[in-house]
Amino acid sequence: MGSFFKSRLFFISLGAVIIASTLPLYVSGYVLGLLTVAYYFGVFAMSWDLLFGFAGEVNFGPTFLIGVGAYTAGIVNAQYGLSPYICIVLGAAAAVIAGFVLALPALRVRGPYFGLTTLVAVLMLQNFVVVFADLTGGEIGLTIPDVITIDSHANYWIALGFMTISAAILYGLAQSPVGLVLQASGQDAVQAGALGFNIVKHKLAAFVVSAFFSGLSGALLVFYFGTASVGTVVDIAVGVNVIVAAVLGGRRTVLGAALGAIFLIVAGEFLRPTGELATFIVSAVALLVVLFFPGGFLGAALSREARQ
Amino acid sequence: MTSAATNAPILEVRGLTKRFGGLTAVKNLNFDLRPGEIFGLIGPNGSGKSTAMKSVMGIERPTAGEVKLEGENLAGLPAHKIARKGFGMVFQHSRPLNRQTVLENIMVALLPDSLLMLFPDKALLDRAKQIAERVGLGAVMDRRPPTLPFADLRRLELAKAIARDPKVVLVDEPFAGLTLAEVGTFSELIRSFRDEGRAVMLVDHNVKSVAALVDRVLAMYLGEEIVTGKAEDVMRNETVRRVYLGGTLETSARPETSFKDKVPLLQVENISVHYGKAQALDNVSIHVHQGEFVSVVGLNGAGKTTLFNTISGFLPYTGEIIRDGEKLRGTSPAKIARSGLVQCPETRELFGEMSVRENLDLGGQHLADGERDKQIAWLFDLFPILKERQGQMAQTLSGGEQQMLAIGRALMMQPKILILDEPTLGLAPVILELLSKALEKMRQTTPITVLLGEQNVTFALPHADRVYVLEHARIVWEGDPGRFAAEAGEGYL
Repeated sequence: MGSFFKSRLFFISLGAVIIASTLPLYVSGYVLGLLTVAYYFGVFAMSWDLLFGFAGEVNFGPTFLIGVGAYTAGIVNAQYGLSPYICIVLGAAAAVIAGFVLALPALRVRGPYFGLTTLVAVLMLQNFVVVFADLTGGEIGLTIPDVITIDSHANYWIALGFMTISAAILYGLAQSPVGLVLQASGQDAVQAGALGFNIVKHKLAAFVVSAFFSGLSGALLVFYFGTASVGTVVDIAVGVNVIVAAVLGGRRTVLGAALGAIFLIVAGEFLRPTGELATFIVSAVALLVVLFFPGGFLGAALSREARQ
Repeated sequence: MTSAATNAPILEVRGLTKRFGGLTAVKNLNFDLRPGEIFGLIGPNGSGKSTAMKSVMGIERPTAGEVKLEGENLAGLPAHKIARKGFGMVFQHSRPLNRQTVLENIMVALLPDSLLMLFPDKALLDRAKQIAERVGLGAVMDRRPPTLPFADLRRLELAKAIARDPKVVLVDEPFAGLTLAEVGTFSELIRSFRDEGRAVMLVDHNVKSVAALVDRVLAMYLGEEIVTGKAEDVMRNETVRRVYLGGTLETSARPETSFKDKVPLLQVENISVHYGKAQALDNVSIHVHQGEFVSVVGLNGAGKTTLFNTISGFLPYTGEIIRDGEKLRGTSPAKIARSGLVQCPETRELFGEMSVRENLDLGGQHLADGERDKQIAWLFDLFPILKERQGQMAQTLSGGEQQMLAIGRALMMQPKILILDEPTLGLAPVILELLSKALEKMRQTTPITVLLGEQNVTFALPHADRVYVLEHARIVWEGDPGRFAAEAGEGYL
């Protein structure tokens, strides 16, 4: 652990955060808004990498956790008018509970069935939102009365700070002894069991942590947007973007996932003038990276270091 | 060990049984392990020894029976609980954490099963260092596993297994993939575990490979114990000899000079194959004449399947494979199979959810309708049972019937050279006889050239014209099946 604070990765990350925190001084509000969303997406992707990269479980439904967090926070605010901060905490708590309830049975099934279970969970949540339109705003979306702040600089710094803290915690967790056990469980569950580790317990804990950060980030995002809708926090397509971001950035790197998310969102926006082509171009780049650099942006760099 | 005899057993296994559906893999197995003893559990492929070990460790949940450690029954507990009671297991295949150092990999094994351990403990790191020194990894502690040679990766597995100071150490195929010199070092290490008072159980294919190391051996076959005793007594046991070597053999070899082709139909010349860092084939040369029946005999892990997969074009290799004067290098596996060099793999690879007839028709896909019917009629004559089972789903067949179907499907491709990889795997003796008769009939009525890979010598020798013995990735003997028992049999027990 101590060696991390002397590593190149640490100084690069530190530099990146310092540069990012000064951005409001010289870039437009439009760019800041874009990056604010990108940072929340970064947390989605990092949380997802904890499951995929370390626990070895493919969660096809990251938006289940995100959506539960986002909608819980939004609904509590709209219905009861509680302070946004309490709503955000409740959103994260709801995501943790939902994640636990989903993972407990799902982790007992093997292989692709875990992924399928998580996928079905997203569809159920989507249906729930549409059916209980009185509560959730249905397909039109839920308008959230309160915001944390309307200052774009403050919103940007909140997002950046949140992503930085989440990254530090998730990365630290991944490198900690518990993270090593998790990684061993993901790589060879039988052997990890024979070494005396309760695999289900460790994976469940990873799922809960992943759910916490996903839900928290989802709740923060809806208070930034002022609305919650299926298209922004629940839809399968959003989940696919999270997954692509994490894989693009580099499996089992945590920090790479945030990079991937920022790249996806910023690239998508800059290509907007090309119209429908934008999605196509971003997807093509993602496909090329996955095919030719399966380690992702950061994975390739890290494994080169591992071989030295 | 002299002390072993006086010590009370630390592990008592009573009536251990494991069933998978209708298959009984382990049947009423009883044995004891004493502290300071090395115990060998041996049996040919498919005999249930690995399942027995996994059932002791809790990786498989035993169907019945007791696994008592110092009097406490552990049967039915999950592996992680059994491990914490004082068991360590050395796996044959290692998958270390590649981004962590060797030292960190060992430290993982020392960690408590707790979610609260967020910072590494200095004491654990020191202990990990001691263990690394102990198994001979002292010089490479700070390197990462991808940079290590194969033997060091095996050392890492040993280190992880003994990290928490287990009372019982289970070792799966201790010497697989190691060179002779490395076998010596690893034997020393395993002996040192015993001398520390641990009970060690080795699981392997034959007595010979572990004879120098073990105090006692239990030989099993088809899930049941044959005999338990000292290595030399077990090797002398009549049943064990019959299982491994067969009884008195009737061979019907045709001399090599009787085959008319001057240049053999298939020549494998100086083939070497590596799996990552493990050498699977070392400079292997064999040849097969037109119409000849050649058996390659060797224990599991000797390299038979690798040899066949190399010939079938699945693996990269150095050396040359020549068929009919043409080099096969660069030809795709599909093309090799279509040209009449057909392999019937050890794992059978049937299409389980398709019917018997559909499986056979797929094999004969390329034939004209009339010809396919003729081929199928011939096949049903060879394996009458398949005719009765035509409409049945392949996965519902018994093991023996599945094997016949696998061979049948290969024969539907009208092979010129048929490679049979371990057709007897896990089959009961009565089925072997049926299979044996079919092979005899095929040999007498067709011109098909056969290359058979077997660890079951009883099955491999009677039909063979010539025999190769493959051991530790090398051909160590070649000759007439009649001379096998006298010249190569001893090394095979």
